[in-house]
Amino acid sequence: MFRYILRRLLQMVLAFFGTTLIVYALMFAGQGDPIQALAGERPVTAAQRAYLTEKYHLDATGVGGFFYRYFDYVKSLLQGDLGQSLTGRQIGDILQAAWPVTVKLALIALAVAIIFGVTAGVIAGIRRASIFDNSTLVLTLLVLGIPTIVLAPLAQYFLGVKWQLFPPTAGSEPTFYALLLPGIVLGSLSLATALRLTRTSVAENMRADYVRTARSKGLVKRRIVSVHVLRNSLIPVVTFLGVELGNLMSGAIITEGVFNIPGVGFNLFRGIRTEDGPLVVGIVSVLVVVYLVSNLVVDVLYAVLDPRIRYE
Amino acid sequence: MRVRRLAAWTALPLAVTLGLAACGSGGGSGSGSGDPNAAVSIQISEPQHLVPSNTTETSGSQVLAGLFSPLVDYDAQNKPYEVAAQSVTSSDNKVWTIKLKDGFTFHNGEKATSEDYINAWNYGAYAPNGQGASYFFEKIAGYQDLQGEKPKAKTMSGLKKVDDLTFTVTLSEPYIDFKTMLGYTAFYPLPEAAFSAPGVLKDSYEQAPIGQGPFKMKGTWQHDAKIDVERYDAYPGEKPKVNGVEFRVYQQLTAAYADVQADNLDVAPTIPTENLSTAPTDLGDRYQTSRMSSFQFLAFPTFDKDYSNPDVRKAISMAIDRDEITKSIFKGSQQSARSFVSPVLPGYRDNTAGAAGEFNPTEAKKLYQAAGGPSKIVISYNGDGGHKDWVDATANQLKANLGVEVVGSAEPKFADLLTKVEKKQPVGLFRMGWVMDYPSMEDYLGPLYSTNGSSNYYGYSNPEFDKLVKEGSAAKTQDEAIAKYQQAEDILAKDMPVIPLRFGENVFGHSSKVKNVEMDLFQRVNLVKIEAAS
Repeated sequence: MFRYILRRLLQMVLAFFGTTLIVYALMFAGQGDPIQALAGERPVTAAQRAYLTEKYHLDATGVGGFFYRYFDYVKSLLQGDLGQSLTGRQIGDILQAAWPVTVKLALIALAVAIIFGVTAGVIAGIRRASIFDNSTLVLTLLVLGIPTIVLAPLAQYFLGVKWQLFPPTAGSEPTFYALLLPGIVLGSLSLATALRLTRTSVAENMRADYVRTARSKGLVKRRIVSVHVLRNSLIPVVTFLGVELGNLMSGAIITEGVFNIPGVGFNLFRGIRTEDGPLVVGIVSVLVVVYLVSNLVVDVLYAVLDPRIRYE
Repeated sequence: MRVRRLAAWTALPLAVTLGLAACGSGGGSGSGSGDPNAAVSIQISEPQHLVPSNTTETSGSQVLAGLFSPLVDYDAQNKPYEVAAQSVTSSDNKVWTIKLKDGFTFHNGEKATSEDYINAWNYGAYAPNGQGASYFFEKIAGYQDLQGEKPKAKTMSGLKKVDDLTFTVTLSEPYIDFKTMLGYTAFYPLPEAAFSAPGVLKDSYEQAPIGQGPFKMKGTWQHDAKIDVERYDAYPGEKPKVNGVEFRVYQQLTAAYADVQADNLDVAPTIPTENLSTAPTDLGDRYQTSRMSSFQFLAFPTFDKDYSNPDVRKAISMAIDRDEITKSIFKGSQQSARSFVSPVLPGYRDNTAGAAGEFNPTEAKKLYQAAGGPSKIVISYNGDGGHKDWVDATANQLKANLGVEVVGSAEPKFADLLTKVEKKQPVGLFRMGWVMDYPSMEDYLGPLYSTNGSSNYYGYSNPEFDKLVKEGSAAKTQDEAIAKYQQAEDILAKDMPVIPLRFGENVFGHSSKVKNVEMDLFQRVNLVKIEAAS
């Protein structure tokens, strides 16, 4: 197990540099005129153009310029310095402020998905073809069919503005309560998928031989479901939720925008809009690490759930 | 966008219930003065910078307007009057003497002196500091010596201290509107505490700027979240009627709009376009409009043969029904423009474009065919600014009225559009916008239409026009200057280098917890007028 984790960590280093190189190249290739983008629609003075060009090596173009800037970036990255955004703020500071908010939001969303999704999935799986099963099918299809860009403003409008059950936006230093509505909106998509996955998996396992054996041994139904079936049914769900955690951490650009949550997605969106290359690459580099780690955790969890899986 | 519309549709029935709820909680009739200890919240987007000479966007300027007090401000006729200055005088419009009022102190207790202005302006003009608003100082003598990679000097020779409260500014050539210009953000002073060494600004200054205005910072700038300011009691000018202001950062206007409806935010200075149709019913009398200086127009690539004939340009202008577009697309939140400068300016006249500004499809078609206009017209715009609707509508009008093929063509960003224009690639007509820096006709005529204008991307050049603008800015009196500017504007009407389309307005909303919300020509909320409604 230890060797397995070590090997994975080494692979992660390679994957990390590979992805940052690609992201850096994409940002580099797609960059128009970041100085003009920063200034919006006003003319930029020659003095300011010269100042920013020198500070961010924007004059280094072409393939040579690309590698010069990439290695410059990696060098400071290895010293723990993520660099400065084009507006002169330390990207490290930006992330430090943004991350806790996004993590809170992601955890709420994940909790919503697990509590409601997995529970309802188990019930639907046991009572296959019941009214409960069919109605959850319709509901989840509905949720899966509505994209966040519709769901978030609708939830904000009805629950926040019209009935005033929740604050319409979260803002800075949000309370748990203010994050609840965006968390539910964000979690609803994962909830639907988790529910469908759990239901199928449980329904399948309920017909498995070992369940029939357990039942004929006279084991109580609750024990069969909670110990034997559930554990075996969770493997696909855990895979899904692990990947989903990475997704949620990367910041829900739409949800964070609609509910004005100054998290990672919020900053990523601004970085892309203002062609702030250093900011986008900085955020994505950290996201790559989050994805890699969450995938590793999922793989290790397999072994815990299913003793037949062993890692060498 | 379609989604938002959907949400906006459903907003109609809401207005009634919201209005009722607001009455219940308020209780008062809205008259009388509000609670002086209340704090209000105002929407901004994350400012790029909070150093006066580096602040060129509205959000930063809004925050600085609370922290600083300008030398001059503008009255109802948009003429300058003294605030932090005692007097701003000149006998020849070249050497200006600025006397400061006694009693202004910075929030750290320092007395505001003439040196604080001189240091701040020199810092702003010094090229290696890379300040975004440095071009505001270019009229001061010695500015050129501070430019380039290794400037010759660190201070402008035109700035001279006389005594603690007096200094003189020598311009490189006479400029009648210099006093008007002093109302801009870039001309605020910086305290000694802002500098770590002469000419070197402390990095930490921007995180908690110290000014001499009605409000002081409460804590530091909380990036992406908010900026809190509280009343500065030693401020000698007009006292604010609230105890503090929270500038709350929003990434999306729709989020701020939702908060204003729910009384979760006090002022949304801009109502998002998608909510314009429902906002008057959503907010009732809390939906307001006021004048501002923005000016939208279509520019002709005058270097392009197709559009080099002024008659072609006039014909296209006559084929556009401006009123129809402002009504159906902007829901009356913008006004049709038929002049080349904004109506907020002293010296503005209606309909200076004359016949070319009037919608006249039959005449337009005749003129267009007689002048041999191109058989296909392209209108380029930046796709990220919400311009598609009106560009498409304009294209359809031209198609119907001129009988030629007209298409809208979106560039991803404004910068991409500018790059193409600068390379003289065929972009066809392209959209432009302008917001003034200070209320003077010169601030439109100079940058937009003179040969070397900073925003004259379309290559319009008319020596006679340049001469008149120059004579105007060198004039002895305002009346004389305005007469020259107006003559210059008349030349524009003949040459028609651009098609004036619309003048903008502030369209804003506030919660039921505040009153006396006023916005100025620069899209900023007036922070000393706003009151709590109690």
